[in-house]
Formats: sequence, structure tokens, C-alpha cells
Amino acid sequence: MRANRRLVYAVVSSGLAIVFALLVSAVILAVSGNNPFEAYGQMFEYGVRVDSLASAVNRAVPLYFSAMAVAVGFKMGLFNIGVEGQYRIAVLIAAAVGAAIALPGPLHVLTIILTAMAVGAAWSGFAGYLKVKRGVHEVISTIMLNYVATGMGAFLLANWLRQENPPGDLVIKTPEIPQSGRLPSLNQLLEWVGLDPGRVNLYGMAVLAVVAGFGFHVLINHTRFGFELRASGASAGAARTAGIDPGRMVVLTMVISGAIAGLVGMAHLLGFFHRYTIDFPTMLGFTGIAVALLGRNHPVGMAAGALLFGWFDRATQILDLRGIPKEIVFILQGVILLSVVVAYAVVEVRIRAAESRAVTGALRPGAEDES
Amino acid sequence: MSEANGATAPGSIPPEGIGGKPGPRCETLGSAGSVRPVSLAIELVGITKRYPGVIANDRINLAVREGEIHAVVGENGAGKSTLMKILYGMIPPDEGEVRIRGEATTMSSARDAIEAGIGMVHQHFMLAEQMTVLENVILGAEPRQGLKIDFGEARRRIEEIGGEGALDADRMVEELSVGEKQRVEIAKVLFRGAQILILDEPTAVLVPQEVEELFVSLRELRERGVTIIFISHKLDEVLEIADSITVIRAGRTVATADPRRISTRDLAELMVGAELPTAETRLSTVTDQVLLQAEGIGTLSEDGDRWVIEDVSLRIHRGEVLGIAGVEGNGQRELVDILMGLRSADSGRVLLGGEDITGMSTLRRREAGIGLIPADRHGMGLLLGSPLWENAMLGYQSQPPFARGWLVDGAGARRRTEDVVDQFDVRTPGVEVKIHALSGGNQQKLLVGKEMLATPQVLLASHPTRGIDVGAQAAVWESIRAARAEGLGVLLISADLDELIGLSDALMVILRGRLVATVDPGQVTPAELGSYMTGASQ
Repeated sequence: MRANRRLVYAVVSSGLAIVFALLVSAVILAVSGNNPFEAYGQMFEYGVRVDSLASAVNRAVPLYFSAMAVAVGFKMGLFNIGVEGQYRIAVLIAAAVGAAIALPGPLHVLTIILTAMAVGAAWSGFAGYLKVKRGVHEVISTIMLNYVATGMGAFLLANWLRQENPPGDLVIKTPEIPQSGRLPSLNQLLEWVGLDPGRVNLYGMAVLAVVAGFGFHVLINHTRFGFELRASGASAGAARTAGIDPGRMVVLTMVISGAIAGLVGMAHLLGFFHRYTIDFPTMLGFTGIAVALLGRNHPVGMAAGALLFGWFDRATQILDLRGIPKEIVFILQGVILLSVVVAYAVVEVRIRAAESRAVTGALRPGAEDES
Repeated sequence: MSEANGATAPGSIPPEGIGGKPGPRCETLGSAGSVRPVSLAIELVGITKRYPGVIANDRINLAVREGEIHAVVGENGAGKSTLMKILYGMIPPDEGEVRIRGEATTMSSARDAIEAGIGMVHQHFMLAEQMTVLENVILGAEPRQGLKIDFGEARRRIEEIGGEGALDADRMVEELSVGEKQRVEIAKVLFRGAQILILDEPTAVLVPQEVEELFVSLRELRERGVTIIFISHKLDEVLEIADSITVIRAGRTVATADPRRISTRDLAELMVGAELPTAETRLSTVTDQVLLQAEGIGTLSEDGDRWVIEDVSLRIHRGEVLGIAGVEGNGQRELVDILMGLRSADSGRVLLGGEDITGMSTLRRREAGIGLIPADRHGMGLLLGSPLWENAMLGYQSQPPFARGWLVDGAGARRRTEDVVDQFDVRTPGVEVKIHALSGGNQQKLLVGKEMLATPQVLLASHPTRGIDVGAQAAVWESIRAARAEGLGVLLISADLDELIGLSDALMVILRGRLVATVDPGQVTPAELGSYMTGASQ
């Protein structure tokens, strides 16, 4: 009953925030001389096509991992701003490793994934270590490590991990991962149910994303570690008094966060690029922070947020063709985020007050007149 | 039954019209038609405040005469704080009237209340530690001279307010004792022109000597014509200081009483609405088996230049309650932290059942059977936004019935929490409720209960009954006594000297990080204890 009320509040407030953001963007479209109804109409028409929906899921998968990486930290009050650097260095090294080894199918893919998770975990765990041992705030260290990751990645790629290109090919990239190290697309699954995604390949990583979302829920809500994590986030003092070692929790959480961050690049790597190139998608780590906020660190909420962002990202592609600036998507995302954060803050206060009243209400009538 | 008590308690004026008849529920002294017309500073008539599903105040009447000290007593949750919030303009009443000096007044904010001459001194001080007394007092109400603050004028007025025992206006607040800080709070309110002072549990944080000082200054204020409303549940003090008493129970005024004609016990029964258990004489259960032992432990301050705890040695035996008396901030917290492994010992060692545990982690110590009731309920004991069962689990998350290996045993944890709720009378609709929604007393009962049901060998209890009402307090004491009879060793830290004396088998006094005296709880009086605590006698 109480949980339901929370759910209703969350859904209604996010819904209102999205409507509000659409209104603001409509005003901006109108001011810049475009007809907002036409733009939205085209976005919708284009966005509900099967290939667009599949593409939206593809775009959502990395965002979902990214959001979960951030959310693990958020749950204990740690701000891992470094998902960006963590996934980029992880995907580079995993791509190089994947191209260098030869293993039978599933093992090959597994090795690539585990490599990426290990690199992400190490990169992020280092920030955790710095916080515990040297008192460096994780926001500072993870931001700085983003720069280090970018620079080091470029250096590694340019000097050691690149393939020898044939003459005329100027794109710097790692060697291609062989067939055994690729994840098959889920298009056949779609075809079975009678959907045709056209030229879009629905990423196999989508399955792992669902599994990971479930794993996230179990980890946070049903394990001792998850309880200790949430307790540390809710009250550092109470957690310490309960025998939860804050230093150990910081390092462990950063390691887990980084390991999930390592998965961010896997969808694109295993499902599309099959190598790391300089046009590999960036900014997924930062957008993940927004998705985590939007989804309130809840596995289902974040999935909804990632799908929404993924869908907007895909649907606004059509605007470009119609001469409408597709940058409107960033405005949409920004305003949604701001209004959701404000709405949540307002709602939280009301929910708390309602809970207090419900308790006094349930207890009060005549309770103290007796005995 | 409650009415019967109200009627039989000698010295109380029985409430009228409780049987459902209309009319005043309580005799209001000096109201129209009374023999002797007395001018009323405040009159609350039929104040009702409803929250959805609950009536916090149910036709409450309160009449406070000009220039008297009027005590409002009641259990936690009786509706005192709602009433005071209404009087202070923080929430509007649904029904009823607030009359200030006979004039019906509607207030919609604390600012209105201040303008009407009402000032409130909260239980928790709101002072800027790094500023002087003078700066704190005038903060937000600075006398101006053009654009500048008129410090001369401020100083003159503060001295006037302070009267004879005025505080040095230039001292830093951080240097002041708790009692002195409280006087700064009172001065703040008077500086803003308050003629009616509301004091919310003012003695909760004071040692007996400071209470006496507070009472001296309250009487002085009364001489000067200030009206004082004194909220408390410490009945001895109420009887000592108040000119009249209003008792509130379950949102209603149940009686007004004359402090010269009512006993503490009768007052307590009026408040609780039931007969109280007597503090029975107890048989000693102390054995010679040492459970927890500290040998010369000490710990340095953050910057390492002084000992916060110095050379403390103590032994807690099986079946013994060892009380530690002391003014807050003399190292009690650090002592508990060292014993619990939350702070490292810079000297000495800690032994549990003869085994050196000085380097053991907090979790291992808990698993080895050391329980803890933390001093700071909100900062160290609870996850306010989490359900009851997760709060009950905190500290025991590695043990059954709360855990099964690496997994949380949700069902086991809920069952255990339900047991705590039942056995310790935690008033809650269920264990899924977020704990912030419970009253402080019920939160405390959960904290105590979860430790008790975990059957530790040793319990480190800091202020186990702080902020809970008389009935619940008796229940907590009883559970500690019962566990002690079963062999529990307890380190009891409390600011309530009656609790310390009544519960302890041995009593030590801590002052500036050292144990300075050992007294026999059977012989010592609160006043003697107070003088050890302040260092007046060695």
C-alpha cells in the first residue's frame, strides 16, 4: 500500500516532468521558427517504427549499464563521475585483447566482457583507494581519471594497440575481433514474433542488460553487501556503529561500479563495431548519470529512463532530415532531468509527511486512553 | 479508569464534563465568573488540531496567569509539542482560540508570536559556536545605527536582561557550558522583547547544579514579570519550580494541579493514566566473573596534543550494571567508542572474557557478544528512511536471524523485529513502516529491544531511556534488570542521575576523560554525584 503510493508518485511526477519538458522544448522550437506540432509529429511517426524501436533499445543498453554503475555509487553517497573514462579505457583494452586471442565462441565473448569489467573495476577502484588512503574526494579523482583515461587510451591506441592499416585507410583502430568474439543480434527473435527491424541489428547485450538489472536488484536489496551499502549511504555514523567498515565499503563499491562501467561499451563493441576506433561513441558515462537520477537508482526506473533517452535520441534523427535542429534532444533531456529532480524533491517531502500521518493515524484512536 | 485517577489524585482539580457533557473540560483559573479576577497572559480555549485520522489536540484549555511559572506536563506524544507549536504560531489550530492578554490572536508564523511577545527556547540549542555571546544574542535582531550595528546599545540591553549574574558578552559560545549556552538562548528570546517564555524540556541537558542555577534565573525573571511556560516530564523539577501545572494526556487536558498539594507520584499517574510500578529493591546479581575489561586505555584528540580519554581502567562483571556518571562531553562517547572498536586505543588494552580484543573490528566485537545502544539515536543508531526491520538488523546484519550467509534473511529479520515490537511495546502499525514516522520514544524502544533480543554478553548503553516517557522508561529498566539477572554485564552511561543511581551496582564518575571517583550507588545522592561530575569535590 505504502510502496504503491511511492510508485504512483514516482510515475506521475516523472510523467509530468516529461510533459513539462516537451512544452518547454515546444516553445524553443516555436521561437526558433519551427512548428513544434509538426516536429513532434514527425518524431513520433518515425520513432514508433520497428527499426526505430530496436535502435532505441540499442541506444538504451549502454545507458542502462552506465546508469547502474553510477547508481551503485549513489546508493552509498559516492559520486562516480568517472564512468566515462572507465568504460572507454575498458572497451579499448577489451577490444585489443579480443582481437589478440582465439577461443571458442562463448568463451571468447566472456573473456572480452570480463577483461572490460576488470579494467573498469581497476580504474574506478583506484579512485576508491585514493579516497580511503589519501582522502581525495572521489568526484575530483574520477574526473581527473577521465582525462587520464582519454589521454592514455589515445596513447595506447596510437602506439601499441592499433592495427597496421592498408595504404589509404587513415582511421586509427584496433584489429577486428574475429567472429567467435562477437555477440549475435536478436533480430531472429524479433522475426519469430513477426517484427522486422530492417537494417538495425538488435544488440545481444540487451539480454545481459536485463540480467544485470535483475542482478542489481538482488545485490542491492537482498544481499548483506547491499544492505551495508545502503546503510552506509543512509547514515555513515549508524553504519560505522553497526560494524560496517567505511573504507572497505568505499573501495568495494567503486570496484563494483567500475566493473559495471566496463560493460557500457560492450553492446557497441560486441554487436556493431567489433573493434575500438576513434569514432567509438563517447559521453555515455555522463548521460548515465542523468539516467540514474531520472530512474532514482531503481533498476526498473533506470531502464525506463534509458529507454526514454534512447528513444529521444533515435526519434530526433528524423528532424535533421527535415531541417530542424536535432539538438533539441539535448534541451529535452536537460529539462526533463531538471524538472524530474525538482519534482522528486517535492514529492519526497510529501511522502514522508504522509507516512508520519499514516502511522499516527493508525495508532492514535483511543490507543492511549486504554490501560 | 483514567478519569478515576484524575479524580482521586489529591491536590488536583478534577476535570469537569469528561462524561461527554459540553462545557469546560478543565477548570481554568481566573476565567470569567471566578472569584478573584486574575489577568491571564495566555489563554487557550478549546484548541483542537486534527491530522488525518488523528486528533493531536482535542479541545485543550490552558490558562497561564501573568507572571507565573506554568508547567505543562505529559508523556511523549500527549500533544504538548503540537500545542506549543500552535501557541508559537508555527501551525494554526483547527478550532479554538488563542488569547494573549485577553485578546484573541491569530498567528501564522513564529514572527507573529515574537511580535506578540512570545519567545520559545528549544531543547536543542541554535547557536553559532564560533561567535561571541553578544553576537549570538543580537543575530537577526541587531540594533542599528544607520547601516552599522549599534554594539554599544546591544551590550547595554544584554546587561540589562542578564541582571545580576549576567554572562560576559564577549565570550565565545563554544567555551560555554551547557547551562550557560541555555542562558544565551533565553537572553536571545528576551532581547527580542518576549514577555512570555516557552521553555521546551529545559532541564534535559543539565546537571543538578545547573538546574538549580536555571531555576534561580527563572525565579528572577518571574520577579521581573516574565511569564514562563515550562514543558517537562521531570516531575520533581516541575513541583519545585512551577506555580501551577497543567497535565495533558492523549491530546486532552486532564487536570490542572497545584504543585503545593500534589505528590510526584500522583502527578505521574495523572500523566500516564495508570498506576506506576514502584522502584523495587533489588538483589545483587553481580558475580566475580569479569566480562569486559579495560586496562589503562587512552585515546588522543584529533590533533594528538591531549588525551581525550586517559588511563581508564574498568571491569564489567557478569550480572553487573556499571554506571558512568559525568557531564556530557567528558569522554563518555570516546570511552564507548574504544570499547566498541570505533576508535583506536592509543594506550592500554581491552579484554573480553580474558581475550585481548584491542585490535578487533566493530563487527567482530558485535559477533562476540558486545551490544550497543548509541548515545546519538539519529546520528549513530538509525536509518531514518528505512523500515523498522532494517533498523533492527543494523549491527546484526551478519548474524541469524537477520542473515543467511551472504544473503539478507528478510523473513527472519521481520519476525525478529515483530518480536521486538511486541515485547518492547513499540507503537507502530507494522515493521515495514519507515522509522522516521515513529515518535522518538518508540524509536528508542526499538533500539533497546533489538539489542536485548540479540542476548549480548555485554551491553554498552548510552542514555538508554533518553526522550522516552515514564511508562516506557520503567519497561526499559525492567528489561535491563531482567537481562542482568540472566548474567548480562552493562556499562550504563546516562545524564539521568536517578536512573544511574537506581540501576547501577557500581558507579564511577568521568571528568575530563578520567575516571575520578568511584561511589556506592546505594549511598550517594544526586547532589553529591553532581559535585563529583563538575569537579567541585574530588
